[in-house]
Amino acid sequence: MKVLVPIKRVIDYNVKVRVKADNSDVDLTNTKMAINPFCEIAVEEAVRLKEAGTATEIIVVSVGDKTCQEQLRTALALGADRAIQIETDESLDALNIAKLLQKIVEEEQPQLVILGKQSIDSDNNQTGQMLAALTGMAQGTFASEVVVEGDKVNVTREVDGGLQTVALTLPAIVTTDLRLNEPRYASLPNIMKAKRKPLDVKPAADFGINLTARTSLLKVTPPAERQAGIMVGSIDELVEKLKTEAKVIS
Amino acid sequence: MSILVYAEHDNKNLKTETNKTVTAALKIGGDVHVLVAGTNCQSVAEQAAKITGVNKVLVADNAAYEHQLAENVSALVLEIAADYDTIMATALTTGKNFMPRVAALLDVAQISDIIDVESADTFVRPIYAGNAIATVKSLDTKKVLTVRATAFDAAGSDNSAEIVTLSNVTDAGISSHVKDELTVSARPDLGAASIVISGGRGMQNGDNFKLLDGIADKLGAAIGASRAAVDAGFVPNDMQVGQTGKIVAPDLYIAVGISGAIQHLAGMKDSKVIVAINKDPEAPIFQVADYGLEADLFDALPELEAKL
Repeated sequence: MKVLVPIKRVIDYNVKVRVKADNSDVDLTNTKMAINPFCEIAVEEAVRLKEAGTATEIIVVSVGDKTCQEQLRTALALGADRAIQIETDESLDALNIAKLLQKIVEEEQPQLVILGKQSIDSDNNQTGQMLAALTGMAQGTFASEVVVEGDKVNVTREVDGGLQTVALTLPAIVTTDLRLNEPRYASLPNIMKAKRKPLDVKPAADFGINLTARTSLLKVTPPAERQAGIMVGSIDELVEKLKTEAKVIS
Repeated sequence: MSILVYAEHDNKNLKTETNKTVTAALKIGGDVHVLVAGTNCQSVAEQAAKITGVNKVLVADNAAYEHQLAENVSALVLEIAADYDTIMATALTTGKNFMPRVAALLDVAQISDIIDVESADTFVRPIYAGNAIATVKSLDTKKVLTVRATAFDAAGSDNSAEIVTLSNVTDAGISSHVKDELTVSARPDLGAASIVISGGRGMQNGDNFKLLDGIADKLGAAIGASRAAVDAGFVPNDMQVGQTGKIVAPDLYIAVGISGAIQHLAGMKDSKVIVAINKDPEAPIFQVADYGLEADLFDALPELEAKL
């Protein structure tokens, strides 16, 4: 079974983002970048499926300029077999990303596509579901467990009230939640080996898709700061303040 | 202008978050219709018809919608989408699941998790875990939006809108429901509670979360957790408050043994009053807390329970 894993290069999750002074966007100059954490979980899940003998080949794909090759190489070091970069300098809407990925799905015919549920930069939570819609596939979003059985995949999903398990006909789309697995670290020999694994570069313009922007970013501002509060010295004082000052308990 | 709002429910009760999404819809302005998709969900339709400002409730009552599978629900919404300029759902797990499918099938962008409406085509939404706030204009003729319910007040319920039954039945046949394992709790729902008490890594293990039980019972509070506590396996993920968990904005949020990582703050910083109890005076949580108490939680919690 072929598994396709689309990944995204994003700001490292430990880095606090700053807004540009002109409020045009966030400032990513000289910022540490990494694979989006949910995408890393997706790569790990694919690698585990291969180790279990379920998956035969793992292809990772990313849409972006040449800097995203760094994240593709990381995914190769984690165990993916080959990589595709869809090259563009534009920052594309999720729908256009999904349309590009749809073309890769048509070319590669994977049985399973695993994506992160959302990227920690745009926080959209859209691409997997959109790709599922465009390819006509079933989707198992926010997965905490993925079990392939014959021509179906059972996906346990993190939902508001607890867990929900759905059975999907393959080929299908899975998006990962936090508890699906704990990604491994790439070993040095695997990082060296990854440098020799195939990485195809395909210009986005060659796919024949209208990639016109569907949204326009008017401005980006820092969030409103909360007013600093006070320190209380005891539980008694805390309870008193909550009752008489904040009036949130009685 | 006409706007379709997708109702969040469990086939019996309408979630109050839907009232908040209706408020967002009314801010855009126009006729507001609410779609209830489910099975044996007539009572939900009746509750939806009471929401102030709603002009019509559409009910699609069929077994195919019982578990609101994305494949089936998105096809249903698509069938009636031509009648609407804007389609909205609450950004809870159901809406997050199926709405991007609707957007893609309509060939339009989705604007996720809006926290304000500037005009019929311009919306405000948090990005980077709430560390930046983006104002985004949709360039599509049809808008597909998900709404962060905590950012809007709930619309009232003094209405009696017309209820119309839809006969549309779509079963895509590519997915089926296997089972639900829902957390059973007598406490209020985390997203709807007016008081939330959450534990973090400082709780040390899952057993110690019992220290929060008595306080939650006395306050009628829901119990939450930080991602660190979930990652450490102390408690299940449905208790997680944060960028990647639930977004809450109760009247009172009590953070116990939570350092205040960016990703946790993103999920609770819009609470009206924040209390932090932590033994580390440098913990970032104190920077957003209205009332901070530097104390060992294992001393503070029993005392707090006793004094409430």
